[in-house]
Amino acid sequence: MSVIQYENVCKKFAGSSKYAVDHVSAEIESGEFITILGSSGCGKTTLLKLTNRLYDPDDGKIIVEGVDIKTVDPVELRRRLGYVIQQVGLFPHMTIKENITVIPSLMKWDKRRMDERADELLKLVGLEPAEFRDRYPHQLSGGQQQRIGLARALVLDPDIMLLDEPFGAIDAITRLNLQNELLRIQGSLGKTILFVTHDINEAFKMGNRVMVMNEGRLLQFDTPREIVQNPADAFVKSLIDSARTQEKFWEGAL
Amino acid sequence: MIEYIRKHPEKVLGALTEHIELVLITLVISLAIACLLTLLAMRSERVSDALNNLFSVLYSVPSLALFALLIPVTGLGRTTAVIVLTLYNQYILLRSFTAGLRDVDPAVCEAAKGIGMTDMQILTKIRVPLARRAIFAGIRLAVVSTIGIGTIAASINAGGLGTLLFEGLRTINTPKILWGSVLSALLAVSINKLLKMVENRL
Repeated sequence: MSVIQYENVCKKFAGSSKYAVDHVSAEIESGEFITILGSSGCGKTTLLKLTNRLYDPDDGKIIVEGVDIKTVDPVELRRRLGYVIQQVGLFPHMTIKENITVIPSLMKWDKRRMDERADELLKLVGLEPAEFRDRYPHQLSGGQQQRIGLARALVLDPDIMLLDEPFGAIDAITRLNLQNELLRIQGSLGKTILFVTHDINEAFKMGNRVMVMNEGRLLQFDTPREIVQNPADAFVKSLIDSARTQEKFWEGAL
Repeated sequence: MIEYIRKHPEKVLGALTEHIELVLITLVISLAIACLLTLLAMRSERVSDALNNLFSVLYSVPSLALFALLIPVTGLGRTTAVIVLTLYNQYILLRSFTAGLRDVDPAVCEAAKGIGMTDMQILTKIRVPLARRAIFAGIRLAVVSTIGIGTIAASINAGGLGTLLFEGLRTINTPKILWGSVLSALLAVSINKLLKMVENRL
């Protein structure tokens, strides 16, 4: 059964003549790892933010777990969808533990349950709880901060995770580690993940299916293999060619 | 000078206490109103601009003129003084509160919203704690300005250190003038210093 359905979703921002998201339709199955690929301004982040109602569509509808999200309270919806952004956005005045459990504490979980959950999540994202739980965000490296961002998004055990270029600002080696850990976490927890990226290698490595977007339109939505073998149009083809050219550089063929 | 306070200690101390009272009453009312206005201003840019414009116009009216304008409505005395001082404070408080709250890293607020905090929770749990220094600096400026402008309030019988000053000026009594001016200056400087110390620890 599809867990997210986009039906002719359109979004235009005030003062712009073009659609940021232009009649996008797609269905995502439970447990899929979907990457949304495109260059900046292609509408990939907008599509993600429409999914947790940070934006509302001008037209069309989005159905999450069988319910039109227009009818759901946005705050309640967002608590069911884990959300991670490139800038991480940890709360600088709170410890790591407080950052992870900020929503549970608003929901009046008891203290022991929150402590246990924080420790459990720190282990899951590969950080030693005793060492990290009482630190402040500024004492962590960029990669460690994004691990906490991930832990914070997982705290209520959401079935769906929305990740907006989560590793975009992280150095190549750390990014590789984080990518592998995210795949491991997804494999063990069986989450449905929507992962926005502008990096074609990242998109093809992480996604079991890839949405290729340009100028608000969804050009192709398929497995990486299918996209490489049968690009839907000239834009998708040029995207693949550009990645191939880069590859040649490493082979010393240029 | 020393002789004067020996003879009239109750007069000097009384004026000082009155002055501090005036400042405290003004501060409490100013903060209550500023918090409400800040909530309104945070909801929309347009309301925020309108309020800022209104209070900047009021702030530019000289205090003596504003006191005089209000006398027909609220009469002579402390009430009028508190109203005028509160109006002045709104300009200082509202500007520093909204600027501080808006200055919080947008990524932090976006993350807060995206993980499911309500607007009110983002304000109280994220924006206010992160803007605490700007908020406190606004309060400090308001207090210091109230101490200063408060001396002029004596001209409409609101009491305080200004009373000593004005009486001294009228009767050309140097010790009175000195006590009035030195104490009000000392009060403003020391309170500013004290609050600045607190602010640096935030």
